[in-house]
Amino acid sequence: MEGIGDLLHGFGVVLSWANFLYMLIGITLGVIIGVLPGLGGANGVAILLPLTFSMPPTSAIILLSCIYWGALFGGAITSILFNIPGEPWSVATTFDGHPMAQKGQAGEALTAAFTSSFVGALFAVIVITLAAPLVAKFALEFGPAEKFSVFFLAFCSFVGMGKEPPSKTIAAMMLGFALAAVGTDTVTGGLRLTFGSTELLSGFDFLVAVIGLFGIGEILLTMEEGLSFKGKATGINPTVVLQTWKGLPRYWFTSLRACIIGCWMGITPAGATPASFMSYGIAKRSSKDGEKFGTGVIEGVIAPETAAHAAGTSALLPMLALGVPGSPTAAVLLGGLLIWGLQPGPLLFVEQKDFVWGLIASMYLGNVVGLAVVLTMVPMFAAILRVPFGIIAPVILVICAIGAYTVHNNTFDVTMMLVFGVVGYFFKKCNYPLAPLVLAIVLGDKAEEAFRQSLLLSGGSISVFWSSSLVTTIMALGLVALLWGGISRALNRAFDRRSRTA
Amino acid sequence: MSDPSRSPGSPGPGQRPVEMGVALFVLALGAITMIGSLQVGIGWGAEGPKSGFFPFWVGLIIVLASARNFWRALEISPARMFAEWSQIAQVRKVVIPMAIYVALVPFLGIYVSSALLIAGFMRWLGRYGWLMTLVISIVLPILIYFTFEDWFLVPLPKGPLEDWLGL
Repeated sequence: MEGIGDLLHGFGVVLSWANFLYMLIGITLGVIIGVLPGLGGANGVAILLPLTFSMPPTSAIILLSCIYWGALFGGAITSILFNIPGEPWSVATTFDGHPMAQKGQAGEALTAAFTSSFVGALFAVIVITLAAPLVAKFALEFGPAEKFSVFFLAFCSFVGMGKEPPSKTIAAMMLGFALAAVGTDTVTGGLRLTFGSTELLSGFDFLVAVIGLFGIGEILLTMEEGLSFKGKATGINPTVVLQTWKGLPRYWFTSLRACIIGCWMGITPAGATPASFMSYGIAKRSSKDGEKFGTGVIEGVIAPETAAHAAGTSALLPMLALGVPGSPTAAVLLGGLLIWGLQPGPLLFVEQKDFVWGLIASMYLGNVVGLAVVLTMVPMFAAILRVPFGIIAPVILVICAIGAYTVHNNTFDVTMMLVFGVVGYFFKKCNYPLAPLVLAIVLGDKAEEAFRQSLLLSGGSISVFWSSSLVTTIMALGLVALLWGGISRALNRAFDRRSRTA
Repeated sequence: MSDPSRSPGSPGPGQRPVEMGVALFVLALGAITMIGSLQVGIGWGAEGPKSGFFPFWVGLIIVLASARNFWRALEISPARMFAEWSQIAQVRKVVIPMAIYVALVPFLGIYVSSALLIAGFMRWLGRYGWLMTLVISIVLPILIYFTFEDWFLVPLPKGPLEDWLGL
């Protein structure tokens, strides 16, 4: 297996004291970001991205991806101790995690959550190690039409798989494409949609959008809900950890199923949030203690946490191998690669071997370091939430503003951040999904380029999108994903009728 | 956002007018995209599709999807509440200081503005004493200054105070 050799080489790249330090800093920052309301994985990485421009790309991606792992871990802490999901994907963790904490089993719940996160991530990294090079090799032969069909599939998945109404998903997504189009046309170099404004010449930066939509928008929602943090004691110590670990292997099947659900949902960009809900739902239906779910059973913590982490991690597979990120945070990391002058996509595996395998190796190490950090430092992280909101809120706002400013050293971006924040608040309240909007801003130019090049090659005939069996297959999968809501409803109805007559 | 058809004593704005407003807002953005695309040409040029080709269709889809969203918003029960007035007031307590902050940054620089924002929040929302407020709102921007300017070597916007101090 050449993959193993490459991976060992990657470990060689990563194993330096400096990188290990970046890993520790990244995980710690990530957990803090995951714990605080208004700072999430995507937004935290977006704020710190401009600060890494001067670092070597491998160290930078280690730092940023570790922030991502840390944020994934951190979401569980607030869910279990405070009943406040720090991240959307940890909502399902509150269902059984918080009742466990109320019963005085916070230590068990936290240990189970962190360990499951770790298992999920590890499974996903192994999938990435084995599958990414193959996918990349396959994708090397993609022409513009194939590339566009992959984008098409990715965006259609949002429409069909999301729980939001399709028309809202489409509106939000297309708004992202429209925002991406503002400024310089990447194909011809001409200006468009600026309406004479000099501020819009460079277009809308996705980092500013992410900081506004996820950061400011989240703060506004938190204010509206008037959160008061009343947490349970952590009660975590080595005895509890070991005791819980002893009990965990019993749930190996729940874990495995959650890993598979997570990887599937992460690679098709449905994301960690639906993965965690789906895994929780299936575990509840198939477990023999199904009716006890929601009252504080450990299985109800394992299922969503494993799936969320597997999804969050495997979202990096399509980003690395195809250049199509599976989650908003992966989209931000992809934007980072572009800024560091790396072209994400299949060629990365050929031209930037050190970087890719260094990153994959850092995923293994980062998650091990992450597990150790969160298990030992939970009380410290929980203490952060006890800092009064009157101090934390303005500090987060200032950090967001600095993050938006440093993208282009431009104060206009700070204004745009606030506009995006208010829009994000209303979108969230009206059930418009934000992830496809952000992904569309990141990928808009590339998707358009692929679309126009395909048309150029075919002389303007749209039939280029079903000209070969590969393109047709991917486009057809896209259409299935697009209409999945309707299809699954029809299937359910047919199934119901049959079971009723039987 | 306020709904004139409701009595001032109602607990909050309805979900229906807000959803309608958001749908119209997105629809307007879609229309603007289409107009902008038409200005640069949406047809087939010398180098293939013109610049406006892709965004024009994007804009059209936005308009169609928003029309559908508007239609669906009409079906929302008028009784469903968007949020309570007290909650809206909470949100305003962040948006208004933030808007002032954003307006001040180009003139005062980010450090002084941030100190004002933090101080305002602590006094207004947190009801802290003056001493605590002053200490935190002055120490934090100084920490930020050293973190960014010295450690990361990222210059942030400065104003008259920094000029006067010769930084």
